[in-house]
Amino acid sequence: MAVMTYREALNEALREEIQRDPDVFLMGEEVAEYDGAYKVSKGLLEEFGDKRVVDSPISELGFTGLCVGASMAGLRPVVEFMTFNFAFLAIDQVINNATKMYYMSDGQFPMPIVFRGPTGAALQLSAQHSQACETYYSHAPGCKVVTPATPADAKGLLKASIRDNDPVAFMEGELLYNVKGEVPEDDDYVIPLGVADLKNEGSDVSIITHGKMVHVALQAASKLDKDNISADVLDLRTIRPLDMDAILETVKKTNRVVYLEEGWPYAGTGAQIVAMIQEEAFDYLDAPILRVTQADVPMPYAKSLEILAKPSADRVVEACRNVLYR
Amino acid sequence: MAKSAKPASKQPPKGRKGAAKKAAAAKPARKTASRKSAGKKGQAPSADDLFHYYRQMLLIRRFEEKAGQLYGMGLIGGFCHLYIGQEAVVVGMMATASSNDSVITSYRDHGHMLACDMDPKGVMAELTGRRGGYSKGKGGSMHMFSREKNFFGGHGIVGGQVPLATGIAWKIRYAEEDTVAIVYMGDAAVNQGSFHESLNMAAVWELPVIYVVENNEYGMGTAFSRVSKTDMSAKPVPHGVPASVVDGQDVLATYAHFRELIAEVRGGGGPRFVDLQTYRFRGHSMSDPVSGTYRPTEEVERRKAEDDPIAVLRDKLLAGGHLDQAGLQEMDDEARQIAQDAADFAEASPVPDPSTLYEHVWAEINEHGRLFFDGRDR
Repeated sequence: MAVMTYREALNEALREEIQRDPDVFLMGEEVAEYDGAYKVSKGLLEEFGDKRVVDSPISELGFTGLCVGASMAGLRPVVEFMTFNFAFLAIDQVINNATKMYYMSDGQFPMPIVFRGPTGAALQLSAQHSQACETYYSHAPGCKVVTPATPADAKGLLKASIRDNDPVAFMEGELLYNVKGEVPEDDDYVIPLGVADLKNEGSDVSIITHGKMVHVALQAASKLDKDNISADVLDLRTIRPLDMDAILETVKKTNRVVYLEEGWPYAGTGAQIVAMIQEEAFDYLDAPILRVTQADVPMPYAKSLEILAKPSADRVVEACRNVLYR
Repeated sequence: MAKSAKPASKQPPKGRKGAAKKAAAAKPARKTASRKSAGKKGQAPSADDLFHYYRQMLLIRRFEEKAGQLYGMGLIGGFCHLYIGQEAVVVGMMATASSNDSVITSYRDHGHMLACDMDPKGVMAELTGRRGGYSKGKGGSMHMFSREKNFFGGHGIVGGQVPLATGIAWKIRYAEEDTVAIVYMGDAAVNQGSFHESLNMAAVWELPVIYVVENNEYGMGTAFSRVSKTDMSAKPVPHGVPASVVDGQDVLATYAHFRELIAEVRGGGGPRFVDLQTYRFRGHSMSDPVSGTYRPTEEVERRKAEDDPIAVLRDKLLAGGHLDQAGLQEMDDEARQIAQDAADFAEASPVPDPSTLYEHVWAEINEHGRLFFDGRDR
């Protein structure tokens, strides 16, 4: 095991996959000469040259569509969005072209392509730069959605995403890039998509979550622990494919569930998970499932308001107490 | 797809210059055909080539008429955009392309597929949504593909295919191939951001791509002049992509122009833009009237009388003594028969098996986790 940051883990995954497969290339704004807006692609231009690591103009629709076309033609592009907030400009190319091409062509054109970058809020970046974008992508059949929370997951899941033969929205966390953790020192460290990970084991309540919110859930679990409440923290890791077996397992163990996510509540990921739990494990529930989400407002700028809008460990603790009636 | 330009008779084709003048005179308000379109090099299409173009244009015409009939009979549903009137564009262009070149277009795509040598039966059966269709009924009129023929599809979002073509050209350069990407679009597509972003990138990276605007003057029911302050040929200029203007109703002018252009692009000359001036003889789609409220019936009738690409070539074949009326009739009968056979096939082909509904959503079914959320795959 090596200790490294989430950023370094992503960098390693990119380096290894560009090295491994000549069809893999990285394109995006500032990925080459600038070393990446968040330095995820640091050193890759120097190592692989400007054919494999390509600075694009600020044309999200254009370079995303170009990479979708390159994927149709047989390459395996990795598109970096400086943040997924900017990817709204490109969503026509992702949804209408990347995710539907294989189906519309009756299997003639597989679309191996990764769209990656940070999603969700950082600190005081206000409304247009602070949104969790998972559900826009998980909504569409044909798109896989991956949300790693730790350095090890970031590396193993990015490698799996690049090797996958479908479009993958790989959503990182801006505030996670400096998080350190142990990462296996194995060139072939690949975590299969569709396998959730129990990040904390408990027995009283299940906190199910994904992405950056795993860390908030772990804080909440630690607070609950002081009051002798033990929480399962289930990190979905990938939203499509979804590890429903792991969800049902924790639900059947604790019978009480809180879903935590960074995005808005309406038609959010949690709404989907709650619907599935009640369809498939209704009899195992001892309380209605509660959700902790961003407040249902655009993200405000003022620090005091931003704190109110974001999901917090305290709100998760409160929700857990509510489903436990204590 | 048509074969590469065949070296043929050393004489320039008869009547070409006369016809070009005639076309220009018939459209005084429009730009004259490109300077390059007057053949200046020795290689010109042989009589056999001319017959081939004529056959292909007739096939597209008869195929589309048949599709219109099937639509009227309720055998074809949804949107169906006919290519009638624009046949010379794709036939002239594809006559210069190699079968390894890649082609992609918008939703008015039936003619392009036939010109790419795709099977008329498979195209018609996709229109009727049957198992024998190119997408086995999952794509319909607007979404058909042939990996084998390097046809990258019909696409339903105006301008959406333009970045894709740019990416196909990216791959050509990446893999150091000797091919070209050809993308067709309607005139309305040049007002989309996807068009401008694509041309900018193609110019910066000198990609081997030809952006072909089939300028039929109306984006659905909106005349181009109403939604653009500048001329069509000015659109690529800010991006550093050279533009040319061609009479798209004259298959020989189109052919001559593209023969040079494609060689330039293949030789590493970077992207090109062509304003192919053409005209749609039918409505925007089958659900629209031919002229509607946006263009006078007289305009459509005049253009059909003066600018029918099939008649333009027919007159040349007759004047050049290449063919007589009986020969023309024979070719027409042949085209009608192919269209009829396609229709028969498309009607007889079975509807898709219900089990195919879930096929090809995912290229890779992961070993773990659920991919479908409608109760399936539990």
